[in-house]
Amino acid sequence: MDRPRVAIFDFACCEGCQLQIVNLEEELLDLIDNVEVVEWREAMSEQSREYDIAIIEGSITRPEDEQRIEIIRTRAKTLIALGACATIGGVNKLKNNSDMQEVKRCVYGKSADMPHLATMPTKAIDEVVKVDYKIHGCPIDRKEFSYVIRCLLMGKKPEIPEWPVCVECKSKGNPCLWDFGQVCLGPIIRAGCGARCPSSGFRCFGCRGYIDNPNVNGAKDVIERYGLSVDALKAKMVLFGIGQGPTNE
Amino acid sequence: MNNNLEINVHHVTRVEGHGNIAVNIKEGKIEKLQWQVPEAPRFFEAMVRGHSYQDIQTIVSRICGICSITHSLAATKAVESALGLKVSEQADKLRILMHYSEQLQSHTLHVGYLAAPDFFGTPSVVPLVARATEAVKLIVKAHRIANNWSDLIAGRTTHPVTLIPGGLTKTPTEKQLRELQQTLKDAVPDFKKIAEVVLSVAANIPKFERPTEYVSLKQTTPPAYTFYHGGVTSNDNKGATVPIEKWHDVANEYVVEQSTAKWAKWHRDAYAVGALARFNNNAELLSSMAQGAAKMFGLQKGCCNPFMNTVAQLVECFHVVETSIELIDQLLTKGLKTEKVTSSPKAGKGAGCVEAPRGILFHEYEFDKNGKCVAADMCIPTNQNHANIQKDFEKMLPEILDQNEKDIRLKLEMLVRSYDPCISCSTHFLNVQFVR
Repeated sequence: MDRPRVAIFDFACCEGCQLQIVNLEEELLDLIDNVEVVEWREAMSEQSREYDIAIIEGSITRPEDEQRIEIIRTRAKTLIALGACATIGGVNKLKNNSDMQEVKRCVYGKSADMPHLATMPTKAIDEVVKVDYKIHGCPIDRKEFSYVIRCLLMGKKPEIPEWPVCVECKSKGNPCLWDFGQVCLGPIIRAGCGARCPSSGFRCFGCRGYIDNPNVNGAKDVIERYGLSVDALKAKMVLFGIGQGPTNE
Repeated sequence: MNNNLEINVHHVTRVEGHGNIAVNIKEGKIEKLQWQVPEAPRFFEAMVRGHSYQDIQTIVSRICGICSITHSLAATKAVESALGLKVSEQADKLRILMHYSEQLQSHTLHVGYLAAPDFFGTPSVVPLVARATEAVKLIVKAHRIANNWSDLIAGRTTHPVTLIPGGLTKTPTEKQLRELQQTLKDAVPDFKKIAEVVLSVAANIPKFERPTEYVSLKQTTPPAYTFYHGGVTSNDNKGATVPIEKWHDVANEYVVEQSTAKWAKWHRDAYAVGALARFNNNAELLSSMAQGAAKMFGLQKGCCNPFMNTVAQLVECFHVVETSIELIDQLLTKGLKTEKVTSSPKAGKGAGCVEAPRGILFHEYEFDKNGKCVAADMCIPTNQNHANIQKDFEKMLPEILDQNEKDIRLKLEMLVRSYDPCISCSTHFLNVQFVR
């Protein structure tokens, strides 16, 4: 079998998820042996228009980027959204809380109306084109990335967790951060990160997005038990991917 | 001699973010020579408004994947200044240790993966795996050590989760720190080998000089080669420091004539930040191994060859490793304590400044009495370098016009890469120049 041609593209993002690919270190050298990387601007100078797998990092925030991702989609057999900016809009969606004109004025002042500063409400990749696979997280978990790519090489469908972060957090034996007065989103956010943040004593802030059937009412029961307000929970639910899933309610 | 030449490098490769180079020469005359930044702006200043002081570092670390710890530290320091929070000596030392891990990670990435291919004449690090297997393996190993180190202290390799206003959420164990220290001690010979490999191709580092102003942090009490504490200094400021709260007087953002792009200047029309700036201002305070590495490459204070920034980064790798070994000794001697951190909202305004691997970084926030952010302002290192890159272009191009198009293009790209730019950072807060 020919090695699949892989291209990595970035849109509005911090490129931290690409960095996690680099952070595979020795394992990356093995992965690269099994695919042909034809374009990866951050790491190499080669460019290509023909690829089997397109890996997309970042959100869509400008009309010209919408066109660019549509072209990439027509060229790619498989398209993977990489990281929270691509899968749920990430922190980029914070700006969707405000009027776009106000957002531009806040940052660019008098120059806000210059054409190159045009911006539109942030979209996740699947709000523009069809996405075949999502690798969640801000940043992604590099082991999960490697797992998904290996599955695709073997023609298998990758299994992404459909259970909440709490499951992984409990299995690590962590004390519940709710007992320490933190508003942790663990009950409603997709696992697969190994509960990294709560394991470090920091609340889950939802970078992997909601699980498909979050028990929002259950979460409300929990916070009421801890004497915290629903508003406080909602406030913490908007750091990543505003407008996705239950926040539409 | 190139009488007519047109170069359009669309999206310079092997840099963080999107930058273009445009050159147009007609009948021997340079008609256009521009360093352009078309990166999609992300509007972080607008994004943090209305959010709690406790969430600021979580949001703004996403400005940059490569220097996320640095952004979090600058933001946390600014929040602490605004709210009048004090940090314990132990937390301060652990934060510096955390910051060093990112310097090492970022420098290794730039020197090994992004810049080295130019010195070897290859388009990426991939062909080097076959050509310089041993050296690439050492780079990969050094990068992994730096990442595991971030994981330990910051809770993650990218986008730290242990940093909170007032301190840290988690203290590593003494055993973990002892193991880290041993790893760093064992890695010293690796860095020496990496330095020797880079030295073997150092003849391919272009010889170009342009005196400019070098701006960095400087710490005088006690004197130290600093990435974290101190005030702002420069060679033009004759070594005197400006308190970080007055960073607007340093950055002096200005609009260039042919566009509305804001650049930075202090005493001259442009200044440079980064490893070479820190070296030029503080070289005598480097650790002994770092001084030895600088000697190997003939890097001396006052160097004004921007391509030597990559070498200065390598020199700093030695400093970071050696200083961290000492810092861990200090922490272990005192004994580690679990610290409970508390904070409460308060109205106020504060600035925070740290050195990102690629140069000095300023954050500033204002909060209302409920601790909600009402205003934010940041000044990113790459932004401060944009004008200096343009000025370097203007001096360098006439000097290399007799070379072929491919070499000219490569030298211009290498120059951009030598600054280790972080373009997505630089476009989040300031106007960007855009040329059609």
